Amino acid sequence: MALLEIENLNVYYGAIHALKGISLRVEAGEIVTLIGANGAGKSTTLRTISGLLRPRPGSIRYEQQDLTRLPPDAIVRAGICQVPEGRRIFPNLTVLENLEMGAYTRRDRRGIAADLEQVFALFPRLRERARQMGGTLSGGEQQMLAIGRALMVRPKLLLLDEPSLGLAPFLVQEIFRIIQEINQRGTTLLLVEQNAHMALGIAHRGYVLETGRVTLADTGAALLNNPEVRHAYLGQ
Amino acid sequence: MPGSAHHLLEFVQHLINGLYLGGTYALIALGYTMVYGVLRLINFAHGDVVMVGAYVALFAAAGLHAPAPAPWYQTLLIFLLAMAACALLGMLIERVAYRPLRQAPRLAALITAIGVSVLLENGGQLPWVFGSQPRSVPELVPRVNILPTAWGLSVTPIELVTIGVTLALMVALQMLVQRTRIGKAMRACSMDREAAYLMGIPVNRVILVTFALGSALAAAAGMLIAVKTGQAHAFMGLMLGLKAFVAAVVGGIGSIPGAMVGGFSLGMIEEMVAGYGFSSWRDAIAFVLLILILLVRPTGIMGRAVPEKV
Repeated sequence: MALLEIENLNVYYGAIHALKGISLRVEAGEIVTLIGANGAGKSTTLRTISGLLRPRPGSIRYEQQDLTRLPPDAIVRAGICQVPEGRRIFPNLTVLENLEMGAYTRRDRRGIAADLEQVFALFPRLRERARQMGGTLSGGEQQMLAIGRALMVRPKLLLLDEPSLGLAPFLVQEIFRIIQEINQRGTTLLLVEQNAHMALGIAHRGYVLETGRVTLADTGAALLNNPEVRHAYLGQ
Repeated sequence: MPGSAHHLLEFVQHLINGLYLGGTYALIALGYTMVYGVLRLINFAHGDVVMVGAYVALFAAAGLHAPAPAPWYQTLLIFLLAMAACALLGMLIERVAYRPLRQAPRLAALITAIGVSVLLENGGQLPWVFGSQPRSVPELVPRVNILPTAWGLSVTPIELVTIGVTLALMVALQMLVQRTRIGKAMRACSMDREAAYLMGIPVNRVILVTFALGSALAAAAGMLIAVKTGQAHAFMGLMLGLKAFVAAVVGGIGSIPGAMVGGFSLGMIEEMVAGYGFSSWRDAIAFVLLILILLVRPTGIMGRAVPEKV
């Protein structure tokens, strides 16, 4: 039984049919990536999983539960947290307060303190800047804060929407290294990326989305070597 | 008495009056600014919650057979009852009128807010609600001058209580918003509601709490004003609400310190303008100020320019 199982997901923005029957699954412990061009429906898929959009019709099953009727905060409590595109940290809360907001659903003080230490160990820059306003951080630091904030939820499944967007190449390397580390510590990841090369390089499996449909599904390594993928998404 | 001393006394008198007036505006303005912060909605029914607060206090005083002036604990109880009742009313308004429109265009919610306001004002006039005639409010806190007549100054206990309660409530609110979990969640929601949702913050509950807090502050203002003026009527919230809205905009809508600064500024300016020869401008000056601030500094005194999110 997969951790997350999506079947025949259809989502509309007004009259626009954005997702046209997407099916995919994520097994516990995996890194699964969704790649595709702008407007293919990658972010829409993540936003629907998080409960910000409602499918009609479509099913999203997570640990035997149907998520499609739950509000976004209940989905977070169920163990799914999203790092949204554009980071979306709280600019006028301090770095520490941003991280506290990540732990909003939790009451276990000790666990929260331990996870805070882990986040600071993963991102030492955040400890240095703990009292600073989130909005004063650089783009890369904000991405670290966004990921750290989501880790404070202690999710079983972490959804990452374009974590490398707008970052300098060495920071992209750093973020992907951290993503792998998070996965190795036991968190399952669903990663949406435009940087297909990097994403497929670390993913166990991947799905290619085109205009609201899944057109290819395979292991990360196989997709990296797939001539179509190489031509369309890797520029080769 | 020499002329200069007389002028000084007169000025001190206006300062005290302005402080009192500004405090009441600030209390009401806080509700506007907090709701705007989380919903980007001008809750035009907020002024009428002030009126309901005054009536709840009136009924509670009658129900408790409170003497005038009432012992402090009875006054406090009436005060808390008014605040609690209006907190519930604020949550009810949010749940029934605004939540169904969360995804609707903002204009729909704004029109609904005006609708709720009209409903409270006119529904309040029904004979079995508050009635159409003004009701007199008992002197729970004395409204007589406590200074010797020879001083030429008038300071009443109700004014002092109002100023003190206003400041205390502001400090409490500021602590709540800055320090507590729910306060931080309120700030997070006002910065980015969707991101707050993605962190598992129950946004709808946070919005309800925001309405409850704002409405409780409005009730506090309503009771204090009614006890000071000695009367309550169904339309008393109309002008108060508009002026407090101006105060919130002048201070910077969405900013809690801004609402405080805006409230006290408006009260002081109004009192000074009215006190120094332009008493017929008392109500107009607020709107002159609104036009001026929108021309000169549309974000208000403490407001920050926020780029429209797409």
